[in-house]
Amino acid sequence: MSTKTALDFVSASEHKAFDLQHRKVINFNIDRYDNAVSNGLKQWNNLENAKRKAHSIKWRVMENLDKLLPEFEANFQKNGGKVIWANDTVEAQREILTILRRVQAKKIVKSKSMVTEEIELNAFLENNQIQSVETDLGEYIVQLLGQKPYHIVTPAMHLSLADIAKLFHEKFDTPENATAEQLTLKARELLREEYLLADVGITGANFLIADTGSIAITENEGNARLSTSFPKVHIAIVGIEKLIPSINDLDLYWPLLANHGTGQRLTVYNTILSGPKREGESDGPEEMYVILLDNGRTDLLAQKEQRQGLYCIRCGACLNACPIYKNVGGHSYGTTYSGPIGSIITPHMKGLQEFKHLSYASSLCGKCTEVCPVKIDIQKMLLLNRRDSVKEGFSPQVEQWGWKTFAKVAIKRNWIDFFNGKWKNFFLKKFFTKAWGSKRTLPPIAQTSFSKQWKEQEKKDKTY
Amino acid sequence: MQVDLFIPCFIDQLYPTTAFNTMKVLEKAGCKVNYNPEQTCCGQPAYNAGFWDEAKLVGNKFLDDFVDAKYIVSPSASCTGMVKNAYNDLFTNSMVHNQCRSIQSSIHELSDFLVNIIKKDYFGAELEGRAVYHDSCSALRECRIKEEPRQLLANVDGLELVAMRDQDTCCGFGGTFAVKFQGISSAMAEQKVNNALAMDANYIISTDASCLLHLQAYIDKQNLPIKAMHLADVLANGWGNV
Repeated sequence: MSTKTALDFVSASEHKAFDLQHRKVINFNIDRYDNAVSNGLKQWNNLENAKRKAHSIKWRVMENLDKLLPEFEANFQKNGGKVIWANDTVEAQREILTILRRVQAKKIVKSKSMVTEEIELNAFLENNQIQSVETDLGEYIVQLLGQKPYHIVTPAMHLSLADIAKLFHEKFDTPENATAEQLTLKARELLREEYLLADVGITGANFLIADTGSIAITENEGNARLSTSFPKVHIAIVGIEKLIPSINDLDLYWPLLANHGTGQRLTVYNTILSGPKREGESDGPEEMYVILLDNGRTDLLAQKEQRQGLYCIRCGACLNACPIYKNVGGHSYGTTYSGPIGSIITPHMKGLQEFKHLSYASSLCGKCTEVCPVKIDIQKMLLLNRRDSVKEGFSPQVEQWGWKTFAKVAIKRNWIDFFNGKWKNFFLKKFFTKAWGSKRTLPPIAQTSFSKQWKEQEKKDKTY
Repeated sequence: MQVDLFIPCFIDQLYPTTAFNTMKVLEKAGCKVNYNPEQTCCGQPAYNAGFWDEAKLVGNKFLDDFVDAKYIVSPSASCTGMVKNAYNDLFTNSMVHNQCRSIQSSIHELSDFLVNIIKKDYFGAELEGRAVYHDSCSALRECRIKEEPRQLLANVDGLELVAMRDQDTCCGFGGTFAVKFQGISSAMAEQKVNNALAMDANYIISTDASCLLHLQAYIDKQNLPIKAMHLADVLANGWGNV
């Protein structure tokens, strides 16, 4: 009963897990991340309290989305911006295209945004003869390679400096062994031109701020600032869960996001945008739109126990902490959001039956829960998704039968010791040799269980 | 002090020696060990697989088997963590709510019990060689056990304890995960064993037989010069004729 999506995941992940070059690059990059984060976290007096507070604010937001989203809308409109509500990918794409057509846009610049990945904006625009240029360096690199982002924060994490130097050498004739500085300068030179030519800038947002009607964008390269202020029109497309009640909450979320995303105390550029250019102002777009995207988020909101998946601020800490992610890599998941957070939200946003395997693709080590800056109990969410999948009858028939048998046997001691070790090993070999794979031997079951040995010894002791 | 021993199903079936050694160590620590041979399993395998009704059936039996226990000791952080944490999902506000709460506060993982309850860390054990300690996920993150096993191992004569890279990273077992995703699971075992070998270790020691089962399965297949060993087996080793 495995879906094709699940089978694709199993084969892609198995292949990647033994790709030693991949392992080397990821370990190197995540080691660097780990060092930076452990340093960055020292800035907190009481990290645990900060995380708890961040969790409870997000809890309040999700319980009050029906009031806070209209509050954001009203305030953003007061600032001169326009709000568009999109239920799904098709609506979001259509609304964007309508704006682009009206201003006769031929080229747009984009800053990094996972939501635009979610609605496959680049491909959609290309099909409509509009050129979309990624301006975040990592995104630019994966776009040049024709790949999807490997990671929600660091899209080119799977590439080494040598890989990127080779790519730039082929595309732009930079030296074969160019340094990171040389490569960045080359990208900067190429991208500067694009900002001047682009008709529209499209971005995501890290936060929607209800009380001021603003969006906040966090970035390290300044490319989002250029994308939002050079073109005449700015469209921000944002998931509805990105809401925070007040601009004052940023003093908590900005450092939490920076620390857990990259290890920085604060990300280099944090911009609050509250509508288009006003009279007398010299900078900024003439029109600004915020598209509020649902696309399955309210399905997750409807799950009372699992809705905390919506608290996520997309810092990527759980991906970096996850031994599964490190082994299989971001691309194997076949989803926009990879790693632990992707595994808990995708089954609700895109369908439990097709994506339940992601909630099973975890050894439940709990490291994700430990590192989450908004204290999402990710491990628990994985377990709840598994429970729901069983409840819905999505688990394979043989597994349902297996667990019923397990329960029957495990509540009767006599049944456990009914067969001796020889038989048990025979059954184990018969049913599990293939599933156990070629890299491990099956563990041998003892001839006589401890319980039985203990009983026999007791009997002996008594007869003496 | 009277303690009730909980021997998890896989130790009962695969490693009876580890169970006997747990008993020996507890007795040497001065405990009177009670073992109810009717016990089976805590229900964790079914719970983790999403089969909560089945887990509840098995968990109910567990609660009955240990109904009068004041101290329950288990050579497994995984099962201890299951009872301490996941039983909240299965039994909160059920008919056995109070019984469950009482058992949750009585159960202890072996090293936690030895170091924090009876406050003993030397049992006369000897083991010659160099070892790494693998933090099992359930010990570290479910039971908050980190220093206790290290303290016990530091008191084993002849044993040199060194730290390996990623010592607190999962070994890749994860119950059904090990068969549903054998590729990823095996790759994780490979890295764990490689990290131990990089330290020239003779032993990988842990609190949890499930991790060790997994690592030994990889070691055996690859024929590597290292051995996975349960903490209880280390603590009961080399007593001579004492």
